[in-house]
Amino acid sequence: MRRSSGRHTPGPRHAEAREIVFDFLEGYDLLGAFWVTVQLTLLSAVGSLVWGTMLAAMRVSPVPLMRGFGTAYVNIVRNIPLTVIILFTSLGLSQTLGVTMGAADNFDTQNFRLAVLGLILYTSAFVCEALRSGINTVPVGQAEAARAIGLSFTQVLTLVVLPQAIRSVVGPMANVLIALTKNTTVAAAIGVTEAALLMKKMIENEAQLILISAVFAFGYVCLTLPTGLIMGWVGKKVAVKR
Amino acid sequence: MKLRKVTAASAAALVLALTATACGGGGDKDTKGSGSGDGKTITVGIKFDQPGIGQKTPQGYSGFDVDVAKYIAKQLGYKEDQIEWKESKSADRETMLERGDVDFIAASYSINDKRLAKVDFAGPYLLAHQDVLVRADDDSIKSPADLNSKKLCSVTGSTSAQNVQDTLAPKAQLQEYPTYSACLSGLQNKAIDALTTDDSILAGYAAQDAFKGKFKLGGFKMTNENYGIGVKKGSDLKAKINTALEKMVADGSWQKAVDANLGPAGYKNEPAPKIGDIKS
Repeated sequence: MRRSSGRHTPGPRHAEAREIVFDFLEGYDLLGAFWVTVQLTLLSAVGSLVWGTMLAAMRVSPVPLMRGFGTAYVNIVRNIPLTVIILFTSLGLSQTLGVTMGAADNFDTQNFRLAVLGLILYTSAFVCEALRSGINTVPVGQAEAARAIGLSFTQVLTLVVLPQAIRSVVGPMANVLIALTKNTTVAAAIGVTEAALLMKKMIENEAQLILISAVFAFGYVCLTLPTGLIMGWVGKKVAVKR
Repeated sequence: MKLRKVTAASAAALVLALTATACGGGGDKDTKGSGSGDGKTITVGIKFDQPGIGQKTPQGYSGFDVDVAKYIAKQLGYKEDQIEWKESKSADRETMLERGDVDFIAASYSINDKRLAKVDFAGPYLLAHQDVLVRADDDSIKSPADLNSKKLCSVTGSTSAQNVQDTLAPKAQLQEYPTYSACLSGLQNKAIDALTTDDSILAGYAAQDAFKGKFKLGGFKMTNENYGIGVKKGSDLKAKINTALEKMVADGSWQKAVDANLGPAGYKNEPAPKIGDIKS
């Protein structure tokens, strides 16, 4: 019944030892699991960039109602633990309210989409605040000048303020993206088959807590270290010199 | 005026912080117990969150594993108040034994080759099987083959979940949650058709007051899980615990513990396994 039975063949001592050390990796789709992690990260990153930008626009808009909504959203969502949000998408939205995300008969697809939704809702609050800090770096005179030549609020924002704001927040955005990459582990809570779920499985089967954790920690470092380096380089390239 | 406000606010924050830490301190003391005070104690690892098996309640600890552990401790010469309980989550069990954090572990710990390579097992003391828990009014699951068209739920990454995906019902939709309780809420509002894991654990949940009469066991014996008492590799406790377990079965306390903890859900237990008789 157990996978392990009869895998070890007796041989020379060092060969056997080597086999035992790396034995726990055998038969698991490590790359596949990390690929799901990457997909979760990228989709959520794009989604939260869009929704976060809209939230930031709301927070600086001249309409009090939109400002109020943006402020309330950010302050509520970023103070709820991510696990609660992700579990709510599954237990609340899907199982109780019947939201199927267009995949009623396939739990895998449904959970993946729910997890992306939850991650977007959560991360966009942080994206919004990072962007808003960027907007604050653009001198007020520029927005005033743009208003003076007759541009509308949308034009001021999209043509003058946001392009400069985004260029100045690449660094902080890298932080958000790295945090997002690691936050995808929470998706395991609703059964998305990403790296953290595979890690739980392997620990259950192999009784090798420390080695397995180290392998997965290394995997995440491989994902996040380049992210930080590349974003840092991009940030320097596009920075607005004032 | 402004200064006074700030002072008031910081005073409030200070008071809050003090009360919060006071609470935390009290909690710490409670879980650690009086370990070093009066000589000998024995530390036992159990589950804290599995009703019927091992559960921490405001009244104390209860469950089948707890009763077995108490009996063993008594045979080893410890009184009940000399037992120090520790939570041993599934992933931590081997490490806790290797480090010597606990003397033995009774935490629905099924014996397998990988674990035998790291720790020793006394027993087995219970033969459990993977089974399903369904709504009491649901008669559509008559055999394990029916599961292929159903929505199942189990705990993330658990052996039971992997069995479903690999062999038992590879075509079934499997939802994985961090706890069985999350699965139960889905089972109740019909988003999920069956919860699957060891029948002993399922029986414990079904026997809870909140769920009495709502769920029933399928009664399929899909796998064999031999629950053993985990001890440190090479420990002389193994032989002593085996003797204690034999005595527990012989004098009827074993059956009494099964009936008291798992009985209410209509759980039909296997006869007590013989020491060293591991069914694969």
